[in-house]
Amino acid sequence: MMNNEPVLDVRDLVVQRGRVHAIRELSFSMRAGEVTGLLGPSGCGKSTLMRAVVGVQVLTSGTVEVLGLPAGDRRLRDRVGYVTQAPSVYDDLTVTENLRFFCRVLGAPASEVDRCIVAVDLGSHRDQVVSRLSGGQRSRVSLAVALLGSPELLVLDEPTVGLDPVLRRDLWAMFHELAAGGTGVLVSSHVMDEAERCDRLLLMRDGALLAVDTPQALLQRTGTEDVESAFLSLVDGTREAA
Amino acid sequence: MSPRITGAIAARVLIQLRRDRRTLVMLLALPCLILTLLWWMFHGPGAGTGFDTLGPPLLALIPFVVMFLVTSVTTLRERSTGTLERLLAMPTGKGDFLGGYALAFGLVATVQSVLAVLLCHWVLGLQVSGPVWMLVVVAVVDAVLGTALGLFVSAFARTEFQAVQFMPLLVIPQILLCGLFIPRDAMPRVLEAVSDVLPLSYAVDAMTAVSTTAGSGFGGVDRSVWSDIAVVVAFALAGLALGAATLRRRTP
Repeated sequence: MMNNEPVLDVRDLVVQRGRVHAIRELSFSMRAGEVTGLLGPSGCGKSTLMRAVVGVQVLTSGTVEVLGLPAGDRRLRDRVGYVTQAPSVYDDLTVTENLRFFCRVLGAPASEVDRCIVAVDLGSHRDQVVSRLSGGQRSRVSLAVALLGSPELLVLDEPTVGLDPVLRRDLWAMFHELAAGGTGVLVSSHVMDEAERCDRLLLMRDGALLAVDTPQALLQRTGTEDVESAFLSLVDGTREAA
Repeated sequence: MSPRITGAIAARVLIQLRRDRRTLVMLLALPCLILTLLWWMFHGPGAGTGFDTLGPPLLALIPFVVMFLVTSVTTLRERSTGTLERLLAMPTGKGDFLGGYALAFGLVATVQSVLAVLLCHWVLGLQVSGPVWMLVVVAVVDAVLGTALGLFVSAFARTEFQAVQFMPLLVIPQILLCGLFIPRDAMPRVLEAVSDVLPLSYAVDAMTAVSTTAGSGFGGVDRSVWSDIAVVVAFALAGLALGAATLRRRTP
């Protein structure tokens, strides 16, 4: 595969969930080597978009291509790591047991278990049952599972919510390290101040993209000081245009 | 399907069960307690051979009911916590998921049934004309049937409350019509016909036949026992196939 081929290419995507237009016509592409932040208020369609990327969402129309294959393709199942917003791990198993189980399902080498536990800084909790962990620790177990087998694309739905600032900084550093190593990293957040930690931003509101840009270019273009103000200025701009 | 993934799921379910001590003890001890209660009931002054008649149907019923409940609740939990979605986004096949559960609970059912049969035959003195190990075979097949139906109904429940309510809906009518209360051929025609298409009727028939008659067929039982078992197995496989159809990788 050529190196500058997009890891993710979304074209004219529309998703209707029940009567709700969760995503109304949206296109973008994403390359490896960058941390792409998907930012927007909660309920704007971030999770639906991420579900579409991993291939667990029924699409109304449009296409989603991951690593040159249609999202959800059988050949992608061990090449994409996915963390849902609610930690999807087994509460009644220990951290190690959870990792070991998913590692066997993925067919990744057993050494991955330890590496991923250490990567999310849960080394001292490895033998604890997940139900006894705090919310933040639990979501890190879920993140560790997504790191198993070093997938080529990581799709992380609000992985840093509610975490200690030090840990948050460390995780973002890890995301950048992974991206530098050639992994595609797509991270969502509803906290606008996380935007400055991303290489590129997808600003989303009400099922559509307001902007796809680097944080610097975005601030420059809107003449604002921070991403929150840029977001507001973009929303006002679209209102005036309408 | 991949043996690696099916095995991983079965092993994980067993670890979860081992951690939940109370459930494990209940799974293994409850059937024995209920059968002992039944035996005791027929030890009063006016008791006849009730234990010999009712013991075998209960040996068929208990693993079926218990596994139905346990499976429907655990799979529902797996659906609602998002672990099922995660597994299906990984290389897990639907067959791996269902097979892993059937394997793990089949194993638990084997231990459960061996304990219940041992107790009934050697401690409580249940008369068994056929080979005792055949009682275990029938009980395990019943348990797998319970697991299969439990997997299937979990798709139609949104909460654990609803899942538990499927038991009176799907299981109690089968208990009423399986020939435990009155022989199936003594029921009104319509109900007899209905009981002919319910899997538990065949399970109870097989269990009763093993305990009351010895035959010349394979395993020292009457040929009819094997055809009854075949019907139960067919229902279990159909339940698993329907269950597989309810597992969706993509959801709206």
